[in-house]
This record gives sequence, C-alpha cells and structure tokens, in this order.
Amino acid sequence: MSEPVVRAERLTRTFGPHRAVDEVSVALHAGDCLALFGPNGAGKTTLLRMLGGLLRATAGTASIQGVALPGGPNVRAQVGIVSHHTMLYDALSALENVEFSARLYGMPAPRDAAHAALTRMGASSYAHTPVRALSRGMQQRVSIARTMVHEPSVILADEPFTGLDAAGASVLSGMFAELRDAGATLVIVTHNLDEALSLCTHAAIMRQGRFVRFDTAPIPQLPEYTALYKELLADVA
Amino acid sequence: MSPDSVMRGGSTRDATAREGATRRHPTVLRAALTIARKDLRIEWRTRSAFLSAVAFSVLALTLFFFAWDPTAVASIDLAPGVLWVTFTFAGLLGLHRSFGGEQPTRAIDALLAAPVSREAVFLGKGLANLVFVLALQMVTLPATAILYNIPLGEVAAPLALVVALASIGLVTVGTLFSAMAVNTRLAELLLPLLALPFFVPIVISAGQATALLLAGRPVGDAAMFLRLLGTFDIVAAVVCTLMYPSLIEQ
Repeated sequence: MSEPVVRAERLTRTFGPHRAVDEVSVALHAGDCLALFGPNGAGKTTLLRMLGGLLRATAGTASIQGVALPGGPNVRAQVGIVSHHTMLYDALSALENVEFSARLYGMPAPRDAAHAALTRMGASSYAHTPVRALSRGMQQRVSIARTMVHEPSVILADEPFTGLDAAGASVLSGMFAELRDAGATLVIVTHNLDEALSLCTHAAIMRQGRFVRFDTAPIPQLPEYTALYKELLADVA
Repeated sequence: MSPDSVMRGGSTRDATAREGATRRHPTVLRAALTIARKDLRIEWRTRSAFLSAVAFSVLALTLFFFAWDPTAVASIDLAPGVLWVTFTFAGLLGLHRSFGGEQPTRAIDALLAAPVSREAVFLGKGLANLVFVLALQMVTLPATAILYNIPLGEVAAPLALVVALASIGLVTVGTLFSAMAVNTRLAELLLPLLALPFFVPIVISAGQATALLLAGRPVGDAAMFLRLLGTFDIVAAVVCTLMYPSLIEQ
C-alpha cells in the first residue's frame, strides 16, 4: 500500500484544560476526499489547522506526503487552505491578491496564473475591483482562486461554501470533484451535508475532539446520513 | 468504519507533486520584497496609518512647542528630545498596522501557509515598516526644524545617518513585538508596553547624537552613539529574526 498523503496519528491539541482535538487518527491517500462534519466547537477547524501546519499539535503526529508537520516550504507548497475567513487584503484588487499568492508560491508567470485561477472561479469580470467592494460570495470566489492558483495536491477547506450562491457552490463542487479525480487529496470541513456527501470518499463526524463516526465508500445516502448525524448529535443544543 | 482509506491510484497527483517540486520557491530576499511591496501598496492605497502617524507627530510637536518656555530652555537643547520621543510614539502607530492589518481576514494564515521562510515574512514586514518610519521622519524632522528654528542644512548628512540607524533598531524590535501583540485582545496597548523599554537605548543614543550634531560638534564626537546604534541594530536584527519563527508558531 502506498504512503498516505495525509496522515494523523493520535493527534491531540489542548487549549488549557480543554482538549479541542483528542487523539484523532486518519490516513488519506491520493484521490481521497474526507468530509468532516460536526457541531460548532467539535474540533474540526483545529484539526484542519494542524494538518495545514498552522497550529502545533500538543501530542501525536501528523504528516503530509510523509513529512512530519509543521514541515517546511516544500510541504507547504503542496497544500492549499480555504477558510471561511477570506484571507484576502481588502485594499488590493482580486487580481493583486491572487497574484501576490502566485508570487509567494514561485509560479513562473504569476499574473497569468492569477488570471487563470480567477477565470476558473468565474471571478475574472471583477479582477480589477478592490476586494472591499465585492460581496461576500464574490470574495469567497477570489479566496478560492487564491488557494488554487498554485494547483495544490492537498486541499484543506474549512467551510468553503460560506457566502457562495448556488452557482458559486456548484463551481466549487465541480472544481473539488475535478481535483479529487485528478488525484488531489481533500479534507472539507462543512455543515453542508448535501454538497460534501456528493464529493467525498470518506465522511467523519466529530464531537468533543474525537471522531464519533467514520465512513468510507460507500457512504450512506443523504437522507440516511442526515438521520445518523442527527441521532449522534441529538443531545447537542 | 476504518479511518484508514483504501489505496488509490496517484499518478496524476504525483505529477502535480513533481511539478510542485520543480517549481522554485522564492528566495528569502525575493519573498521579503514581495511581502514588503504588498504592505506598502496597501498603505499607499489607504494611507490610514501614515496619515494618523503624521497627524500625531505634528500635534505632539505643536503641544511640546506651546508647553516650552524659550527663556528657560534653549531650543537646541529641547529639540532632540522632543523629536525622538515624538518619532518613537508616532512610529508605533505604523508598527501596529504591520501585523494588525493581517488580522481581520486572517490573511496572515495564507502568508504562513505559503512556501516562504518565516524569516522572509519578518524581513518583508520589517522592510515595509522601515520605509514607513523613514517617510514619517521626513515629515517629523522638518516640522521640528521649523517649530524650534533648528538649522538642519549643515548637519543633514550625519543626521540622516542617525535617523537611519535609529529607525532600523526601532523597526526591528517593533516588528517583532507587533507580531507578538497582534493576537492579544489589547494589542494596541500591549505593543507600546512591550516595545518601549527596548526602545530606550535607541532613543537615548539617537537623542544624544542629534543633540551633539545640532550643537555644531564634529561628527566624531557623536561616534560613540553611532556605534551604539549600529551595535544595537546588528544584535536586534539577529535576535529578532531568530526569535520570530518560534513566536508565530501557535
């Protein structure tokens, strides 16, 4: 069996006495897409930030392509992070934001790459508009273009559908499916069961820092999974 | 219900990985310049921090001017202290913006996730801050000269050296503490509290050197203070650059 692209072993993160992520283990290979569900405060974002090298683990280990995290520039070059925060600079235009990212990732023709990424996300018509003048949905499209500009092979997405309208969500789902089919590894944190289940090869429900359910394909259909989800989290307000 | 996935073909992904591996990451200097250019472009567009700092400087200098009794203290004795105290506090406004501007949309996460060294991020932020404080000094210095009737022309060159050396020290230390304070709830208060004690040797040396130069003494008389500033800059640059990566790892 090949080396997992994303691996976590007994990964733990505490904030004071609170265990945000509690001994989570997972291994994902090329072409895998893990959808991560759970209530607010379940530890999904913390887990994602650790996998992205943005947060150190208190205990346990995590690796991307066999390199222990947080890793160095070579590992970071393979990863793309989408967040519900746009991670954009309001005073810069959409194009300038994406181009800045392309430059940091050493793209040979950063402006062309930025244009291509914006076009792919259907955001080229407002490439020269300052981000602060864009709607939240438009900003999210630009943010995703910024993430995808260097064609990452590992995509860590935290609530990527935030602010997107139906067309935007459809474009994003299509892009994720395309990347997955091309062999990228995706971890998607979301409350949107419908979009995520249509994409994922793996699905997990997190609660109090732990996986309380982990499915691999075939994953139950939406109505069945929704019922399971509600049942598992029935006592959560 | 196993958390281990099934094995899948990865040929396309491997190709992407290979392409990524051959793509050359920017060097530390190149990445730093890219980051500095971005920060300066944002400041140029908004001018929010610069205009605030200039307004603060002019107001502070004016307040000192009206509180000054010319019959008790000669302007040549007062001006260096006023200049450096004003400049230090005004500069803090810009230093806070350095990392504070990354916070609202968590743009700092994208910066830290990029394949550039942490040192490049620090250097880039520092370079942008240096341009900011030097630009600020280009307003503060003439304003001080006008208000306190100080002849700058004769000492312009050595004074520029004092300003440059002091600015490098202020920026290096200030950039580090800006990164440290930004994740706290009282960042704007914490930054001066953290940074000002470390600014003391800079302000003393720069103030003394400025006083000697304005008094018409030869540059050699200020050499000790210039050496102090230079030494402080080198030590601060090394220590702060080494400390920054561990500081931002959460």
